[in-house]
Amino acid sequence: PKMQCRQLLRCISRSPATSSSSCFGVTRRQVHQPGGFDTSFGFEEVEPGQKQDRVNQVFNRVSNSYDLMNDLMSAGLHRCWKRRFVASANPRPGWRVVDVAGGTGDIALGLLEWSRRLPGRAPPPVRVAPGDGSVDSFREAAERQTAAAEAEAPAGCTVSVVDPSPSMMQVGSAKASAKGSTFASSIQWLEGRAESLPLDEASSDLYTIAFGMRNCTDLPGVLREAHRVLKPYGRFACLEFCSVENPLLSILYDEYSFRVIPPMGLLVAGDWDSYEYLVESIRRFPHQTLFANMMREAGFSAVNYEVLWPGVCCIHSGYKLPSVK
Amino acid sequence: LSRRLFAQSGRLLSLAASQRRPMTSSNASSQEPGDTLAIDDDFDPDLLPLGDIRRYPNHRPLDCGQRAFLAVGSGVACLAAPWRDDMISAFGETTGEWALRRLRDDMLANEEGRRILAERPRIRTVEGGGSIDLEALRRLPEGSLGRAYADFLDRYGYSPDHRRTVCFVDDPELAYVMQRYREIHDLNHVLLGQGTDFLGEVVVKWFEAFQTGLPMCVTGAFLGSLRLRPKQTRRYLQEGGYLAYALRTGSDADLTINYYFERNWHQPLAEVRQQLRIEEPPNLK
Repeated sequence: PKMQCRQLLRCISRSPATSSSSCFGVTRRQVHQPGGFDTSFGFEEVEPGQKQDRVNQVFNRVSNSYDLMNDLMSAGLHRCWKRRFVASANPRPGWRVVDVAGGTGDIALGLLEWSRRLPGRAPPPVRVAPGDGSVDSFREAAERQTAAAEAEAPAGCTVSVVDPSPSMMQVGSAKASAKGSTFASSIQWLEGRAESLPLDEASSDLYTIAFGMRNCTDLPGVLREAHRVLKPYGRFACLEFCSVENPLLSILYDEYSFRVIPPMGLLVAGDWDSYEYLVESIRRFPHQTLFANMMREAGFSAVNYEVLWPGVCCIHSGYKLPSVK
Repeated sequence: LSRRLFAQSGRLLSLAASQRRPMTSSNASSQEPGDTLAIDDDFDPDLLPLGDIRRYPNHRPLDCGQRAFLAVGSGVACLAAPWRDDMISAFGETTGEWALRRLRDDMLANEEGRRILAERPRIRTVEGGGSIDLEALRRLPEGSLGRAYADFLDRYGYSPDHRRTVCFVDDPELAYVMQRYREIHDLNHVLLGQGTDFLGEVVVKWFEAFQTGLPMCVTGAFLGSLRLRPKQTRRYLQEGGYLAYALRTGSDADLTINYYFERNWHQPLAEVRQQLRIEEPPNLK
């Protein structure tokens, strides 16, 4: 309740267009549609039906340079965050994982690599052929036998990537094929929205969503859907930008987000507006404690969140307990 | 930061000002039509822009750091990826403030230029919001300015609507001058008789560099000339070649931005060239 009051006060005392603790230099007209409650598209108020289309347009436009822009905007930090996310999700071999809004496949490939490298799957024994006994022939024999073992039964989990943008998934499947055919065969690319996943009930051991939750129109709907597709004792993991608590970092972060990132988007991707939308959508996302409450309301238990260095994003996690009949 | 603080304080002041005063009889008698002290009932403080003020459609206000960042970044991008016209536009707009001011003053000194600044005509097709009717231009007699322009557009498949709108210049009048310069570019090609191959572009850029003084034109002309092929370089550098022509014409000719093209489509091209003191281009093919 204390957090909710603080969030409410923030909304009342400043205009809806300001960020968490400092002003920004962007003017957004409020477009009030008659009837229908307003969702936020960045700071522009649009109707919920329109938001999904506009979000899809944004991602279709930036898909080619999305990974490059991520590296430039976060100075490579996003790789550390995603690696930490995969480690905390900890997929075991044989699990079925659903990765939502995972268009370019960073998380899916990370999950596959993590589950394959877990101890418990002994490397296949290398039988040395009666050859000349040199180091090279031994190495070649080892590589051939490992590749054969991999091709027989690729260990690790299987990932279903669900994303509303086909162009993002095209980039992702190209990356997966470049990594190897075993990776590509373990990933399934499905087009769909987080509010209505094309998956059966209780079909997944792990649900991951990284930097995609803020683009969703209906957060409680997404959480309910996640609860639906998870098996009992399945885990929900969400990596998302959060409200920055440190006041100095918050000022620096706001200045950087609103003043540096859109021009960088113009230079690299040729698109100022899409990156302005992206940084504004971060400010509109609920506070991390509020989001944890929303997860509890959707039925998740043992809800927890962990803020990653330097304090701009956090991992929310929760478990689905079997329903008491 | 100071601009945002100013906007915030302005909003607070307007909120305070919009508090209604109680209607006493003395107040009522002083509220005559045209009384500037009357309270505007329709005033809505929420409509005041919070933050940067957009002074024309498509305006993107930049602060010093962003302007410097975009200027350097777009300059690098122009060299690394010359097919990106949005980077060329961004470079021109972020670095052209001083040159645009000088150009605007030159336009004000000229009678026709002042008319252009007052009326702000746009060279766009009728569908694009302007006044150009390409079909009518194509029907003009051979050798007229409009016919030559229509032939030029048809030969290369261009349209006047392809030009990007200015967004990074803060003053609306300077933004119009920049927009007018951009829309004049194809007409400069027609007046100088140059095609859109590399050599032709370099010649037009030199001409524009002399006329406007924009850093984008100067750097584009110089760096572009370094990338010419050997045969083009020979034609460019020889006695009476294109470089000499461009430098001579650029410094002698009148400002083409002051010429009201929209009213002179029917004029013969040769006469227009004579009026603007542009030489006939050399024929070195």
